[in-house]
Amino acid sequence: MISQFFILSSKGDPLIYKDFRGDSGGRDVAELFYRKLTGLSGDESPVVMHHDDRHFIHIRHSGLYLVATTSENISPFSLLELLSRLATLLGDYCGSLNEGTISRNVALVYELLDEVLDYGYVQTTSMEMLRNFIQTEAVVSKPFSLFDLSSVGLFGAETQQSKVAPSSAASRPVLASRSDQSQKNEVFLDVVERLSVLIASNGSLLKVDVQGEIRLKSFLPSGSEMRIGLTEEFCVGKSELRGYGPGIRVDEVSFHSSVLLEEFESHRILRLQPPQGELTVMRYQLSDDLPSPLPFRLFPSVQWDRGSGRLQVYLKLRCDLPPKSQALNVRLHLPLPRGVVSLSQELSGPEQKAELGEGALHWHLPRVQGGSQLSGLFQMDVPGLPGPPGQGPSTSAPLGLGPASLSFELPRHTCSGLQVRFLRLAFRPCGNANPHKWVRHLSHSDAYVIRI
Amino acid sequence: MPYLGSEDVVKELKKALCNPHVQADRLRYRNVIQRVIRMPKLDQWGQAEVLNFLLRYQPRSEEELFDILNLLDSFLKSSSPGVVMGATKLFLILAKKFPHVQTDVLVQVKGPLLAACSSESRELCFAALCHVRQILHSLPGHFSSHYKKFFCSYSEPHYIKLQKVEVLCELVNDENVQQVLEELRGYCTDVSADFAQAAIFAIGGIARTYTDQCVQILTELLGLRQEHITTVVVQTFRDLVWLCPQCTEAVCQALPGCEENIQDSEGKQALIWLLGVHGERIPNAPYVLEDFVENVKSETFPAVKMELLTALLRLFLSRPAECQDMLGRLLHYCIEEEKDMAVRDRGLFYYRLLLAGIDGVKQILCSPKSDPSLGLLEDQAERPVNSWASDFNTLVPVYGKARWATISKYQGPERRGPELPNAASFATSGPLIPEESKETVQELPDSGALMLVPNCQLTAEYFEKTWFSLKVAHQQVFPWRGAVHPDTLQMALQVVNIQTIAMSRAGAQPWKAYLSAQDDTGCLFLTELLLEPENSEMQISVKQNEPRTETLNSFISVLETVLGTIGDIKS
Repeated sequence: MISQFFILSSKGDPLIYKDFRGDSGGRDVAELFYRKLTGLSGDESPVVMHHDDRHFIHIRHSGLYLVATTSENISPFSLLELLSRLATLLGDYCGSLNEGTISRNVALVYELLDEVLDYGYVQTTSMEMLRNFIQTEAVVSKPFSLFDLSSVGLFGAETQQSKVAPSSAASRPVLASRSDQSQKNEVFLDVVERLSVLIASNGSLLKVDVQGEIRLKSFLPSGSEMRIGLTEEFCVGKSELRGYGPGIRVDEVSFHSSVLLEEFESHRILRLQPPQGELTVMRYQLSDDLPSPLPFRLFPSVQWDRGSGRLQVYLKLRCDLPPKSQALNVRLHLPLPRGVVSLSQELSGPEQKAELGEGALHWHLPRVQGGSQLSGLFQMDVPGLPGPPGQGPSTSAPLGLGPASLSFELPRHTCSGLQVRFLRLAFRPCGNANPHKWVRHLSHSDAYVIRI
Repeated sequence: MPYLGSEDVVKELKKALCNPHVQADRLRYRNVIQRVIRMPKLDQWGQAEVLNFLLRYQPRSEEELFDILNLLDSFLKSSSPGVVMGATKLFLILAKKFPHVQTDVLVQVKGPLLAACSSESRELCFAALCHVRQILHSLPGHFSSHYKKFFCSYSEPHYIKLQKVEVLCELVNDENVQQVLEELRGYCTDVSADFAQAAIFAIGGIARTYTDQCVQILTELLGLRQEHITTVVVQTFRDLVWLCPQCTEAVCQALPGCEENIQDSEGKQALIWLLGVHGERIPNAPYVLEDFVENVKSETFPAVKMELLTALLRLFLSRPAECQDMLGRLLHYCIEEEKDMAVRDRGLFYYRLLLAGIDGVKQILCSPKSDPSLGLLEDQAERPVNSWASDFNTLVPVYGKARWATISKYQGPERRGPELPNAASFATSGPLIPEESKETVQELPDSGALMLVPNCQLTAEYFEKTWFSLKVAHQQVFPWRGAVHPDTLQMALQVVNIQTIAMSRAGAQPWKAYLSAQDDTGCLFLTELLLEPENSEMQISVKQNEPRTETLNSFISVLETVLGTIGDIKS
C-alpha cells in the first residue's frame, strides 16, 4: 500500500507526482528521494532507502526512475512487481516509456494512476478492465509508417514490405485512437534469450546460462484466441526424452497464469486469449548444456615487457555460429592496467573500430559472419606497471588487464534451439483484413565474460 | 478495499474480519476463508492481499492447518513473484510447529528464488538475494549445488556483487569449495578496490572451515604487493590467527615483507598486533617494529601508536635483548612528547608496570593467543526458521537486521511484548546520578536487621528457576509518573546492592524489570517491577526464599526509597 508515487527523469526532474494518502507532511518527497539517491555511498543499495518514517523503493526503466513510497513494512516483491507492471502499462498506453512520451501524455498517465491505485491500494492492472475507464487518448510523436525500413539490415531482393517490419513497429500505443479506424490488427511474438557465459583463462567453460522469454504484444481485440506451437522435440528437465535426436532441452519453464496447457504435454502447443498489450507467455532457463557451440571464442595472447613498459595484446576472436548466421553490434570491452598512455592497433577488417576510453579498450565490430575469425593487435605503453617482480618480458597477464566482456546480438537465432513453429488465430476478427503476425527470434548477451 | 472479486464476497470478508469474536466464530471464518481461497480469477494483487490477511488466522487443529496448506499449494507455483513469496511466508508461519513442512516449502521456493536472482530487473535480483541470505542462515546447504548462479558478472552494480559474494561465502561446502575459492580469488584482483576487499574478507570467512586452502590463497595475494590488497589480507590474517591457531605457522611465514605495502591505519594495527603476539616466530619482527618506532613522530593515527606500545612490550617479554633499547625510546617519546593523551596514558601505565616488576607485566600482557571457542560461538548462529519467518517477504531482509533495528526506532514506541534482554548486556555507561540524589539514596534507613551483600550475582537461569518455585511474599503498588530511565534506575539500585537481572528497554510497553538481592544471612529477595502503559503506578512483587517478615519489610522500604528518589529526579 503506497503513499506516493512519482516518476523522475534521469536527472531527477519530476515528471509525474501523485500523492495517494496525503501523509507527506509537507515535504518535497521527490526532492528528498533524489538527494538521498545521489548521496548514497558505494556499497549501499539504492533499491530500498529509508528516511524518517518513509521507505522509498524504485526501479529504473529506460533511464527513468519510478518511485513508490510507503510507511508500512510491505512485501518488496509485490511492490517491485507493481512498479514493473506500471512501467509496462504506461509503455502500452503511450507507445513506449521514455521522458518524451511521458511529458506528452501527462493527462493520460494521471488518469491511469487514478484507476490503477485507489488510496494507495492496487485496484487492477489489467488492460481489459482499464479500457472501460480511460478516456484520454495517447499522443504519438509521428505516425507509424512501414516505410521506415532503413534500420533493418537486409540485403537486396529480400526487402519486401510485407515480410519485414522495423523493430520499432511494436512501439505504438495499444489502444486504438477513436479517429483512426484503419488500425492494423497485428500481433508480435518475440522469443528473446539472454546468454551469460563465463570462460576461465585456460579456455575451460565455467558457467553458461540462458534465460529465455516468449513475449507477446497484441493489438488484436481481446478475446481472440491464439495458439502458439513450439518445437515438438523440446524437453523440459533433464530426464525427459522426446523425438529421436539429442533434442532441444530446457531446465525449467514457467507460464503466465492465463495460458492453457492442455495441448502442451502432447504437442507443445500453448493456447491463450491474450488481452491487448504486452504479456510474457513463457519463461524458461537452461544451464550448462547448450546444444550448439558457444557463439564466440576469444584467444588472447599477452606480452609485456616490464622494463620498457610495453604491453602487446593480440586478440583473436572466432565466431562459431553456423555460416549463414551473423552477429550484430559486437563490442569487446577489455579493461586495461592503470596508466595506459598510447594505443596502436592493427585490425583485420576495415569496418572495425578500436579506441581507448575510461581505462579500457573498446573494440567495435558491426557485423561478424558465422564461422569467421577476426583479429586485432594492440600495442600500448604502460609506464610503471606493477606486478610480480621479474626482469624481461613475460607472458602472464599483468594486474589490471581485466576480463574481456563481449556484448552482441544474434538475430534469428536462439541459443537453446527453441523455435516457434506457428502462430494461429482461432477466428478472424470481424471486418478487418487478415491480421499480421510477426514472429521474431533473438538472442543477446547478458554477461559474456572471458578471463585473460 | 483491494479489488478481490465480486462485491458480496468483499462484504463477507469485511464482516468476518471486523467481528471481534472472529476466533470464536471459527466455523463462519473458515467458510469465508474457503470461499476466498477458491475464488477463481483473482488477479495477482488480490491473491497477494488474501495471503496477507490469512497470516492472522490461527488454525485450531492440525487437519485444519493441512487443509489450508493444501488449498494454498497452487499459489506456490504462480508466475507472480509477489504471490509466490506471500504463499511461502504464509506456509512458514502456519507450519511453525512442523519444521519438515517448512523445509519442504523452502525447497519448493528454491526455483522461483533462483529465477528471480537471475532476473533482468536488478531490483528484483537484489530483493531475492537478500532473501536467499536469510534462508541460508537456517539451511546453509540449501543452495550449495547452485553456487554458479551467484557468480558475479562484470556489469552488475556494486551492491548486487557484494550480496552475491556474501552468499557465496555462506553456501560453501566440501564439493564446491574449490570452485568457489577460485572464483573469489579472481575477484580479489578486481579493479574496484572495495569489491576486491570484500572478496578477501569473504575468503577470510571461508577460512574458518577450510583453513589451509584459504591461507595459501591469501599468501599468494600478498605476493602481488598491492596496497589495498595487502592491508585487508593482513587484517584477515589477524582475525584468522585468533580463531584458528593452527594456521599461525603459515601466517608467520607469509608476513615478512608486507610492511612495505601498508599505509592505512587498520592494516598497520593488524600487522603490529601480529608482530607483538607472535613475534617470537617471526625472525625480523624487532626490526619491523623498530622501523615503526623510528617513524612514530610522523605517525598520524593514535590507534597505531597504542597498538605499537602494547606489541613492543609483548615482544620485549620474549625477545628482551633486541627490544630493550627501542622500548625505552618509545616510552620516552610517548610520555614526554606525545600530544594525544590516550597514548600518553598508556605509555605511562606501561612504564609504571615495568617499574613494578617483570612478573606483573607478564601476568597482564601474556593473554591467550587465540580463542577457537569464539569461532564456534559465532557459528552457532544457525537460527531456526521460526526466528525470521515473520520477516520473510517484508522489507526487513532487504535492509538487514542491524539497519532495521535502527530504522524501527523512528516508528515510535510500538506495542512490544515484555522482553528480557540478556543478563550479560548491562549498560555500564549510563547517566550519572546527580549529586543530591546520591546523598539521599545513601542515607537509607540503616535498618540494623538488613545488610545487603554487594556483588552477589545470580545467573539468569538460577533466578528464573527460583522465581517460579517461590510464591509472592509481598505485593504493592507505587505511584509513578511517566517513563522509566533504566540506566539511572539500575545504577541507583546498584548503590544499595540490589542487582538487576533483566530490565526492559526504555519506552517498552509494558515495562518490566527483575531484581535480586541477598542479605548477609543468605536470604534471597527476588523482585519484579511492572509498569503498565496506561497506569500511573508501578507494581512491585517480591519473593523471599526464607519467610522473614522484618527483613522483608526492610527490603521493601529500601526499594521504595530508591524508586521514590528516581521518580523525583526526572520530574
